[in-house]
Amino acid sequence: MRQSALNAVYDLAKRDPRVLFIGSDLGAGVLAKMKAEMPDRFLMEGVSEAAIIGMSAGLAMDGFIPYFNTIATFITRRCFEQVAVDLCLHDLPVRLLASGGGAVYAPLGPTHMALEDIAIMRALPNMTVICPADAPEMTRAIEATLEWPHPVYVRFGKGGDPVISAPENGFTLGKAITMRRGRHLAIISTGVMTSRCLDAAKELADAGVDASVVHLHTIKPLDERAICEAASGHELVVTVEEHSRIGGLGSAVAEVLTDSGIRTPLLRLAFPDAFIGTYGSQDSVLESVGLQPPQIAASIRKAFERRDASAVTLSSRG
Amino acid sequence: MTVAATTGTPLDERSKYLRSLIIDGLSAGRGHVGSSLSLVEIVRVLYDDVLNVRPGEPKWPERDRFILSKGHGCLAQFAVLADHGFFPKEELKSFCHSGALLGGHVDAHVPGVEASTGALGHGLPIGVGAAIAARMRGRSSRVFVVMGDGELNEGSIWEAALAASKHKLDNLTAIVDYNQLQSYGRVDEVMPLEPLADKWRAFGFAVREIDGHNVAALRATFAALPFEAGKPNAVIAHTLKGRGISYAELNADWHHKSSIKPDVIAQLREALEQN
Repeated sequence: MRQSALNAVYDLAKRDPRVLFIGSDLGAGVLAKMKAEMPDRFLMEGVSEAAIIGMSAGLAMDGFIPYFNTIATFITRRCFEQVAVDLCLHDLPVRLLASGGGAVYAPLGPTHMALEDIAIMRALPNMTVICPADAPEMTRAIEATLEWPHPVYVRFGKGGDPVISAPENGFTLGKAITMRRGRHLAIISTGVMTSRCLDAAKELADAGVDASVVHLHTIKPLDERAICEAASGHELVVTVEEHSRIGGLGSAVAEVLTDSGIRTPLLRLAFPDAFIGTYGSQDSVLESVGLQPPQIAASIRKAFERRDASAVTLSSRG
Repeated sequence: MTVAATTGTPLDERSKYLRSLIIDGLSAGRGHVGSSLSLVEIVRVLYDDVLNVRPGEPKWPERDRFILSKGHGCLAQFAVLADHGFFPKEELKSFCHSGALLGGHVDAHVPGVEASTGALGHGLPIGVGAAIAARMRGRSSRVFVVMGDGELNEGSIWEAALAASKHKLDNLTAIVDYNQLQSYGRVDEVMPLEPLADKWRAFGFAVREIDGHNVAALRATFAALPFEAGKPNAVIAHTLKGRGISYAELNADWHHKSSIKPDVIAQLREALEQN
């Protein structure tokens, strides 16, 4: 997914002289072609995220469109004030390409796991937050950012994620994609969790529970109409995210439902409010918090049968 | 080399006038008075003699960029901008009032202001980006960033200094308003900076130290830019916090004042005239 994103930036740069790539201190050889062909628009600026955000702002004030890539937690935690003031307050078209969203960096521990990045970024005025599901959708997402006149946070998955997006669905910032239509309940997810939700939906179907799956690749601006339609037409709404249960997709959906007066029960499946005290892999960490497809299906089934989301939510808090 | 800021030299009429505009801005009873008074001559000389800007066309692409990174010193920049016609001087009288154009930090919605600052340590990184952008576009425009001495505590300044040197930004000038006091007290007690010139030199800057209230010295220094081809420039301007109001000079109580009553404003005008 990261490779697709960087390749897409390179393609944009080839046809648009406003596009720049900035890295912090990335792996050797990254975007070597771009560096060779467009050395003035390929900047590798060292482990200095705060200054890079400000530098990006200065470049964007002059009409450039910087795409800055580093690890997600270094963008969201280390230089939050620069993102808020330099980018969002000035509403500048800088793109923050966040490697290792969610539990991708599980083997590297809690300093590298980005499990509150969506909450942090979506709280900022003018910020756009997108979480593509797979590599082809990432390419379409990067394309879509070119003319978007605001700062954008793009959350990367691990790479090699199952491809579930379809070219015919396109990619419009702020527009949800319904991946599957079902009669009983609606699952809303984002990023690489949409693939897992489609798998969970198949398991549910085998058990006679027919689930819609709505892919919200853009968390902000939020497709409120899609959320309300999903909730109004079903007996249960479920959000599934690779993120803390505080402030992410589930919170955003809960806010929409509350504000619109829709009373459909909401089950939020997410990470607990805790630093993850284990290593392993993204998959093993997801399993440890009940976010692999069989577990998602089981939680949904339990809530659906009781028509009571709290039966699952409260017990999962442990 | 240490250059002491002058205390005994009287301010000329223009410097006194610009300070009177700062006092005009205190009608809401608040402002970073001392922090603004120290940088009047720096901003005055830049706008009067150095910056290639157009008050009637503040977004003119070819302009030089001036970024007040110590955004709390905004009253000094606002006074000079108003005097140069970027906006009416009347706006100073509603500083910090509800619905006003001008608030307690520089804000990019104000004509002539390039970047909103206030949180510290932001201006030099933005300036680095602006200087790279100017070079990439083949423009001769230059970038000037004024920072406070206390602001130099911020790590992002030094991250940006590394980048400015790496990119050989001789179109960038970092100016330190070294007024000797930060919010709590003396800089050399709160977080000592010396040897400050050596620090900038070590980061790859060509450095000049001057009396930051000496108009002729400021003119001559800026006229000599770039100091060295291929190196970013640093001007350490030795100043006095509160300069121009005898009892506010080097007095940390005047870093920021609130609840300034009309009689205090009258006293400020009187003290200013005694220079």
